[in-house]
Order: sequence, then C-alpha cells, then structure tokens
Amino acid sequence: MAHQKTYEEINEKIKRGEAVVVTAEEVIDIVAEQGLEKAAREIDVVTTGTFGPMCSSGVFLNFGHSRPRIKMSKVWLNGVEAYAGVAAVDAYLGAAQLPENDPENKVYPGRFSYGGGHVIHDLLAGKEIRLEAIGYGTDCYPNKKVDTIIKLEDLNEAILFNPRNAYQNYNCAVNLSDRTIYTYMGIVKPNLGNASYSTSGQLSPLLNDPYYKTIGVGTRIFLGGGIGYVAWNGTQHHPNVLRGENGVPKVGAGTLAVIGDLKQMDPNWLVGLSYIGYGATMAVGIGIPIPILDEEILSFAAVKDEDIYCPIVDYSEGYPYGKSIDLGFANFKELKSGKITINGKEIISTPQSSIYRARRIASTLKEWIKAGSFELSKPVAPLPSADAKIEFKSIPERNPNGNR
Amino acid sequence: MKNRVVCYFSAAQSEQPIIYQLIKDYDLVVNILKADINPQKEGYLVVELEGKREKYKAGVDYLKSLGIHVEPLSETVVWSEEICIQCGACPSFCPTQALDLDRETMMVSFDNSKCIVCGMCLDCCPTRAIKLYFEVREAV
Repeated sequence: MAHQKTYEEINEKIKRGEAVVVTAEEVIDIVAEQGLEKAAREIDVVTTGTFGPMCSSGVFLNFGHSRPRIKMSKVWLNGVEAYAGVAAVDAYLGAAQLPENDPENKVYPGRFSYGGGHVIHDLLAGKEIRLEAIGYGTDCYPNKKVDTIIKLEDLNEAILFNPRNAYQNYNCAVNLSDRTIYTYMGIVKPNLGNASYSTSGQLSPLLNDPYYKTIGVGTRIFLGGGIGYVAWNGTQHHPNVLRGENGVPKVGAGTLAVIGDLKQMDPNWLVGLSYIGYGATMAVGIGIPIPILDEEILSFAAVKDEDIYCPIVDYSEGYPYGKSIDLGFANFKELKSGKITINGKEIISTPQSSIYRARRIASTLKEWIKAGSFELSKPVAPLPSADAKIEFKSIPERNPNGNR
Repeated sequence: MKNRVVCYFSAAQSEQPIIYQLIKDYDLVVNILKADINPQKEGYLVVELEGKREKYKAGVDYLKSLGIHVEPLSETVVWSEEICIQCGACPSFCPTQALDLDRETMMVSFDNSKCIVCGMCLDCCPTRAIKLYFEVREAV
C-alpha cells in the first residue's frame, strides 16, 4: 500500500517546524537518489515558482469618498485609465493599460515606457500617484471632479486580482519572415534569428501539478511577494490539450486566476514592463506549494526540464493569422542552455521569464513553510482537468446588421 | 590603431560622403555603432575607426577639416542591477557577450569593457534597466 498523507498531517508538521520542504528543482535529485516511495514518505511539500510577464493582471481599488461625494465615471492614475464601471469610488486598473495620449505604435516600434503595471509597482513602492476622476454628478454624488495625490496607504482596499496568470506551458516564438518583429514575446529576429520562450520549466507551478490534483480554488500561494490565493481557473483555461506520456501539456493549457491584498505585497515581485512595439505589462511573481500527498503527486512534481516540451510557433504569420505551420517542439533543457535546433539550424533561445527569480520565489516559499508561517490550504473546489470537455473558442464572425 | 569616436556634424556636413572617403582615401575599417540625424540634418555619428596610425590620424584630420567635431567616446552603457529582473533576454541580442547569462545561476552580468554601444539591449530590456549615457551635446 502506497504511503499517503493528508493536508492536516502536513500542516501539523509545519506547525511543529518539522515539515520537510524542498523546491521543485531540489526534488529532482532526491527522487533520483532515493526513489519515489522513500522520497514520498519523507518529503511533505515541494515549492514551485515563476516570475514573468503576465498581462492579464490588475488591481481593484477603493479610493474612499471625496467631500462632496463623487460617482466616478472615469478614473486616471498617473494618467493611466482605470475602469470605473463599478461602484462610485471603485475602479480596476489593468496592467496592460496605457496612458492617455501614449504614442503607441504611431512611431513604430513604440516604446510603451509606462502603463498600468508600472502604476501598480509605483503604488506598492509607496510612491505618490496622481488621481484624477470625473463624474456626471447626481443628487447623491454631486461632485464632478477630483484631482489629487494618493499613496497606497490612503486607499481603503487594493486587491490584486489577476484573471489569467501562471500559464501552464507556453509557445516558443520564432520569426520565419525577413523582418524583425516586436511581440509580447519580445524582439524576434528575422529568419529564425532567435527563439523566445517564457516559462520557468521544471520550477513552474502548473507544470509540477499537470492535472491540478493539489492546486485548486482556495489554494494559498506566494503572490507578488505576499500571500494570495487561487480564486478560480484563469481565463482561457484549456486543460484538455495534447499531453506527453508524463501528463505534462505540450502546449498552453491550464491557467489560474489569483487574488490577494496588494498592501502586503512587495514591489520587487510586481514589476512594470515595457515591450517595445507591443505594449506595457507587468511581471508577476507566483509560487505555489505542492503537498506530497502520495507517490503520484511526487512523481509529477519531480518533472525535469528535458521532459517538458513547448511548441515552436512562428509569430510573423503563424500566430497572428492563425496559420498552422509545424515547427515541432523544444524542450526546456535545450531552451535554458541558450540554443535550440530547428530544421537543423542552431538558434539562440531568449528567455522572457526569470529563472533566477523563480528560484528565489520557490526558496522563499520553502523558508516560509519551514518557519511555520505559511500553512497549506486544501482546495475548496477542483479546477477543471484534462477530462473536462472545454472547447477553446474564437470570436464568432457574424453580421450585426442581419444576414446571420 | 582602433578607436571609438563621436562625430558631430551640421546640415552641410551631413551631405558629405565621409564614410566613403574614410574607407577609400584613408583605408580605415569603419564600423558605425550609432547614428542620429535630426530633421534639420544635424546630428552625430558614433563610429569605430581602425587602421594604420598615420592613416587614422589623417582620416581624423580630414573629418576636422570639414568642420566635423570629433571626440572620443566615453563609457556609456549602464546596466542597473537594481532594476534588472534577471529575465535573461538581453544576452541574446548582445553581439559581444558584454551582457552575459550565467547558465548555472541564470543571472545576467555586464562587462562594460566588451560593450560596443550597439544599443540592441536598450530595446529588448522590458524593465529598461539598461541605459545609454552618451556624452552627446546638442548638434553643432
């Protein structure tokens, strides 16, 4: 009978300071040396980490009321618009939002030096932020304009809520055309000049729990340097995709929606980014603990870079126009070495996701758990897994003027 | 000898085929590292010149004879370790490995002495941790 543990048993060990916690990289050698059975008995938790651009991120803010009160219909923070179509002084600032009058790509490739992600970072760093808001005025909210300076501490709430983070695997971007392209995967040089990839591979949360056996709604996580929770599956969650024999998806698959109190996070782990020719976004640091409840969960968590593959996708034609161009797969051992081979040609690989920082997240989370300050939470509901019949839909092309 | 210099020129001078002359008449290896010309056709050229000592001097004298100001290029690219998030993208674009990614630690480092100021890293850095500090004056 294979050894099994419960969340409660693991948390008891965490409270006593006796939990055995290792990172998703350290666990690989331990399993290789000791074997699954012994390692599964000894190890209680494996910690994962990822730190990279995650555009689908943002923060809900409540500014408190002005005197007289205002029902904000438009809100700007340092000139970057936040969505105000929620209650009077609530707004949602998205990481990819650009300032009013940003030149965008009018002079191509645009610089995108500042955006919503930068505002979130500046707020978190304690900087002063200009708040401008307008409203149309009502009997209960007569004020029509607010123009002031705020800091994070002045807000009632700042709730980071990222609808799609921690993508389980992602494309490796290449460029088959003869001109340089500027993408959310960075600069991709012409004629297979480089190959840009973005996950932390063997450290990445969902690649270590490919069927979401432990990561679910309510899982407590490292988020932006503080504590957060998995709120739901992320948008575009698409678990029923091509998987390897080890169960690991070979293309983009699961995603997470995550939530947490911005005020207890750290600006080092939420960083505004500028992708030339593409836009502004934010790097998010996420770390998820995986409780080693049984041998199977450990075998998934011991996955190695060489056994994780991602699809090589052309971003000049293939991705933007949805053309199917088969360029095969690359594994993360090759990608992290700095060179991959496509069609017999050796190509420089360009990371977008910081492995150094992913390691720091995994080891920070490990220290928190070992110190007893971070207990594991059992999911209150599972995420849809590979057996879910989820269809990845596109926008329907219909004529709103009839002729359906 | 080999040197990196900044050449400042005016509108009239920008019409001159100076690169052609430097190569043809002075037998210099010319490597243009950066050039910027404003709509008034004034601007500067950061260039690496390589050739025999006497030819190099004659070439620079030729530039000066046209009224082009020639100044040595000071160290200019600055990488901020505090701002860098160690994503590791920039070494892919650095032609001289001045920016390097240690494959063990997966940390980026910058060796100023290897930098040729091509500026590719400035565009590919998503945190803008790499900045170019030119000692460039207003165009003359």
